[in-house]
Amino acid sequence: MKSKYLDMELRTSPHLAKGLGVETIMRNVVYALLPLTAMAVYQFGLSALLLLLATTLSALVTEQVLCRFSGKRSTLGDYSAAITGLLLGLTLPPGFPLWMAVVGGFVSIALGKTLFGGLGFNIFNPALVGRAFLQAAFPVAITTWHAPFVPARFFEAIPASLALPFVKAVTDGISGATPLAAWKFEGQFTPDSALFLGTVTGSAGETSALLILVCGGYLAWRKMLDWRIPVGILGTVFLLSAGFHWINPANPPPLFMLNSGGLMLGAVFMATDMVTSPVTPLGIWLFAGIIGVLTVVIRLWGGLPEGVMYAILVGNGLAPILNRYTQPRVYGTGRRP
Amino acid sequence: MLNFHRFKSFPHGVHPPDIKAATSHKPIRRFPFAPFLVLLLSQHAGKPALPVVREGQEVARGQPVAAADGFVSAPIHAPATGLIKKIGPALDASGKMAPAIVLEPYPGSGQEMAWGEPVDWERLAPREIVNKIQDMGMVGLGGAAFPAHVKFTPPKGQHIDTLIINGCECEPYLTADHRVMLEYPEEVLLGTRMVQKALGAERAVIAIESNKPDAAEVLSELLSSQNTANGNGANDSISVEMLETKYPQGAEKMLTKALLGREIPSAGLPAVVGVMVSNVTTVAEIGALLPLGQGLTERVITIGGKGVERPGNYLMPVGTPLSFVLEQVGIQGQAREVLFGGPMMGKGVAFLETPITKGVSGILVMTEPELPSDGKSFPCIKCAECVNACPMHLNPFMLGALARVSAHDEMAETYHLFDCFECGCCAYVCPAHIPLVQLFRVAKTLLRQSEGAA
Repeated sequence: MKSKYLDMELRTSPHLAKGLGVETIMRNVVYALLPLTAMAVYQFGLSALLLLLATTLSALVTEQVLCRFSGKRSTLGDYSAAITGLLLGLTLPPGFPLWMAVVGGFVSIALGKTLFGGLGFNIFNPALVGRAFLQAAFPVAITTWHAPFVPARFFEAIPASLALPFVKAVTDGISGATPLAAWKFEGQFTPDSALFLGTVTGSAGETSALLILVCGGYLAWRKMLDWRIPVGILGTVFLLSAGFHWINPANPPPLFMLNSGGLMLGAVFMATDMVTSPVTPLGIWLFAGIIGVLTVVIRLWGGLPEGVMYAILVGNGLAPILNRYTQPRVYGTGRRP
Repeated sequence: MLNFHRFKSFPHGVHPPDIKAATSHKPIRRFPFAPFLVLLLSQHAGKPALPVVREGQEVARGQPVAAADGFVSAPIHAPATGLIKKIGPALDASGKMAPAIVLEPYPGSGQEMAWGEPVDWERLAPREIVNKIQDMGMVGLGGAAFPAHVKFTPPKGQHIDTLIINGCECEPYLTADHRVMLEYPEEVLLGTRMVQKALGAERAVIAIESNKPDAAEVLSELLSSQNTANGNGANDSISVEMLETKYPQGAEKMLTKALLGREIPSAGLPAVVGVMVSNVTTVAEIGALLPLGQGLTERVITIGGKGVERPGNYLMPVGTPLSFVLEQVGIQGQAREVLFGGPMMGKGVAFLETPITKGVSGILVMTEPELPSDGKSFPCIKCAECVNACPMHLNPFMLGALARVSAHDEMAETYHLFDCFECGCCAYVCPAHIPLVQLFRVAKTLLRQSEGAA
């Protein structure tokens, strides 16, 4: 009888847990990114596949090496490095030189995450830190776009992909302007349906708004993604650009703004990064609103056609202060702390 | 958060699995007397009771063995006819020595209650009802074990308009209140009327979670048949209300908000907003015992968890040693932890010889797969699940971050640490498995200690 009690423990309440762990959430985010990856490979072929492999492997290796280096338990199992690598790859143009992609993966993990103390401690979205670095370091390569659905795309990579480090990239025959660049620099609008379905050029994973919404919808349904952030961002962008379009029809119409560029990918998969977004209800809505406003402002008046990345990075930087000043009203008290 | 349910509810909270099916259909059964009964003198909140018997004295079942020491205290009655073996220290559930009376029941000691004088409660004044409730040693049976008569004496000048009878039983596993409502509906209604009269409350609401529709039906039907018999029609001051099944619906602050839309002010009593909340089993016991003039000597307890061979609802004599209980119901599998209370707020038992007290509503023997896997916690990923779960609308994320750096003063002053009642929602949902409630408990203890030292 007594032997049955030998293994007893004394724990503190609660003695139940929901059983949804960090790894499970992160693993499901990876699952949600896989259809986007598949779409990118289908559209852009071998170049996109190599690009995504390069960023993801680079992120994973960096994470493992830095864990080993700092004497910590390996954190590859929490899937966050895989997410960072995949997201970074999805924001880059196919045909982006692979060695630069590897550098991007390293910067994302090393400077974007590990330097702050690893998962949970970083202030900025690691994938966007990597992309911002690449944008600054290789402004030409990151804005060289290639047409989708090239017949031979599954058999040969875009030559620029395989460029050697520090050698001037080969110029391509087949390149194309993104819908945003076409509007910004040539005043042309791409049809909404093409934007929504993603039969246009752009970064590897940002062309199909529909697919991004479906994948994000899955995560929101599993309650692993805060629906308020994409709804807030997209809603702000829609209303604001509708207003500007109404004032001056030369400004792009709201649907074009929503479906073009990296907005959809950014709103659904980047801004919703739990670590770098606020936790309070009001903070979350403000965060989304700020990102939406900044995106429209940068797109309409900035020198670059795209502004989502900087908008989200600024939002990330504001998240701690938003948390601090948007405390929810505590039950039974009349004031906010 | 929008509430799409038909039932009244409160914002935030969690939906743990209810795990009540193992015992909810099991009728309440009487538990045998243990060879020794250990009556802790401090089994209620407030001052310990004072023994009024001596070692070697014979006592009859129902006879008072310890008297209340002052107002915030409660007497204790002998649960069995027998001999007082010892008055001295015994180990309580937390493993600390506490004064106790040890009673050895006579072999073949009967269940009939020799002690007590019947009273006609309808002729008692409100004040006298409260005194009778103190004489029976009644405490809050929901788990807090706060002396009932103190609670039923609201501060002067505060009028109670609504008495809420708490039949939510929102803790998973526990079914004792559910069985009491099904098997003793008359006592529930009678006790409710007594307490209502004692308080002078205009109305009483019996609140039941939507996972116990049978209990709500039994009570509603009895209520309407009583009203038909009295010629009252539907004009009764007692009503039965179903609420959403959500944890912690049975917490008095949540219940008051859900039923009446009133918020009990921070650090205030429910009486401030004209409300009194009482557990349903407490009023049922009052309804059963007060007319007979008897004391509280036993209580209904759910024994459950996968580690128990014969789970069920038992009428258990106060003072029964836990080891005797476990022997009787049988232990199976890899039992890892024994709890007093429910899994969300219950306490792990440190010492298996410890006796059952009046405040124990459940005994759970948890096995490995039932318990959260521990040991591996991640850094906070700021997912905001805790912020969305906290029924008090606190910010457990911020409190947890401050606890890490021991910023206890800031936790209390800026982030309302002392409004946390340790319901466990935040730690329950945390995907990083951060022991938030424990961090808060430690912070509160340290703050209270430093306050005492200052």
